[in-house]
Amino acid sequence: MLPLAGESPLGPLLPEHIEELFVGVALFLIILAVMWKVVVPMFEKTYAERTAAIQGGIQKAEAAQAEAAAALEEYKAQLATAREEASRIREEAKTQGAAIIADMRQQATEESSRLLANAKAQIEAERSAAVSSLRTEIGGLATTLAGRIVGESLDDDERARRTVDRFIADLESQPVEQA
Amino acid sequence: MGGLNGLILPLEGSAWPPGEHSFGSRYLFPGVESGWLTNHAAQAVIGAVLVIAFWLWMARGQSVVPGKKQALGEMVYDFVRNGIARDILGPEFRKYLPLLLTLFSFILVNNLFGQFFLFMFPTFSKIGFAWGLAMVAWLVYNGAGIKKHGLFGYLKHATLPAGVPKFLWPLIIPLEFLSNIIVRPLTLGLRLFANLFAGHLVIVVFVVGGTLLLTATENLGGFPIPLLTVAGVVSIIFSFAIFALELLVGSIQAYIFTVLTAQYVSSAIADDH
Repeated sequence: MLPLAGESPLGPLLPEHIEELFVGVALFLIILAVMWKVVVPMFEKTYAERTAAIQGGIQKAEAAQAEAAAALEEYKAQLATAREEASRIREEAKTQGAAIIADMRQQATEESSRLLANAKAQIEAERSAAVSSLRTEIGGLATTLAGRIVGESLDDDERARRTVDRFIADLESQPVEQA
Repeated sequence: MGGLNGLILPLEGSAWPPGEHSFGSRYLFPGVESGWLTNHAAQAVIGAVLVIAFWLWMARGQSVVPGKKQALGEMVYDFVRNGIARDILGPEFRKYLPLLLTLFSFILVNNLFGQFFLFMFPTFSKIGFAWGLAMVAWLVYNGAGIKKHGLFGYLKHATLPAGVPKFLWPLIIPLEFLSNIIVRPLTLGLRLFANLFAGHLVIVVFVVGGTLLLTATENLGGFPIPLLTVAGVVSIIFSFAIFALELLVGSIQAYIFTVLTAQYVSSAIADDH
């Protein structure tokens, strides 16, 4: 179909000038060298930097997030501990208060019973003192009484009985300490 | 057609009908008939300079947060890096990234030359350039395979798929050798060349033919001049659609060449079939 040049049965499938082939390959190699040494490294460097920047940003954000989460967790834990502590302290105070009150009550009871016992003992002592002094004085009193009775008329029963009554009344009107 | 040729050829010299001669190189310097110094070799050099300039400009002053320029550069770079290299080669893709970027950008720029002023000619429709890159791809994927598996290990890896019963070996081994070692570079180079050659030929047909029809000053093949003029206008307008199609084809071919090279490397360094 194509009018062939005639010299070769392959027609346009053979290079018109074989130098075309070498020119093509040589130019290819020159471009390849520039690509290899300059262009691709520069592009790849930019890409690597970009990847690093993006990854760095993501990592930074992730780290910040993790840090925030950790802080929140810590605060929550601290809050829980504080709450627990507070309730524990409150509980302690309550029990302590109760103990103190019970203690005080017991002390007061003890004190009052001690005072009561003291007073009882004193009263007992005073009573026994009075009894003993009465015993020592009773002889004298009896003698006096006898004298008086003798001084008066011993015959008069009525008088004697009156005298004794008066004496006892005197005796009773006297204060205990004086006795 | 014969009548048409007879009428036009005297007017337009060798321009009609378009053919292999439409792809002939011109020497840059009259009298210096060297294959190194042709307009198409110069075009390839300019293409390479543009590619290098583009990438150096894009690589300069990069920052972590890209600006508009860098975003454009990264879009193109990522297209090859993530869309081709990483998808096909997996974790080892960085080693082959410069190669794939070079192939893609060099082929793309030279293909687009087919649609841009000054050149209006896709460099890879000269098959020498296509064979050159196919050879590079062949050396790279075989070299990668040999480096990974050793020479005999690679030959076994490349010619004998796992699990083939022994009695099929005499059939499979030559077939696989043919397919993986010999045919791959041929199809790689031919595919690139043929797409651009054919595309450029179609464009030449529509543009040159349309121009001839438009400028016809006498009846051609019995058609009246107004009809020829209308046909010429339609032809020229239609050539714009072909240009758009060729932009697509040129980009796709750059992509396919790169993807297939990556695919061949990937299959050569694969652990097993």
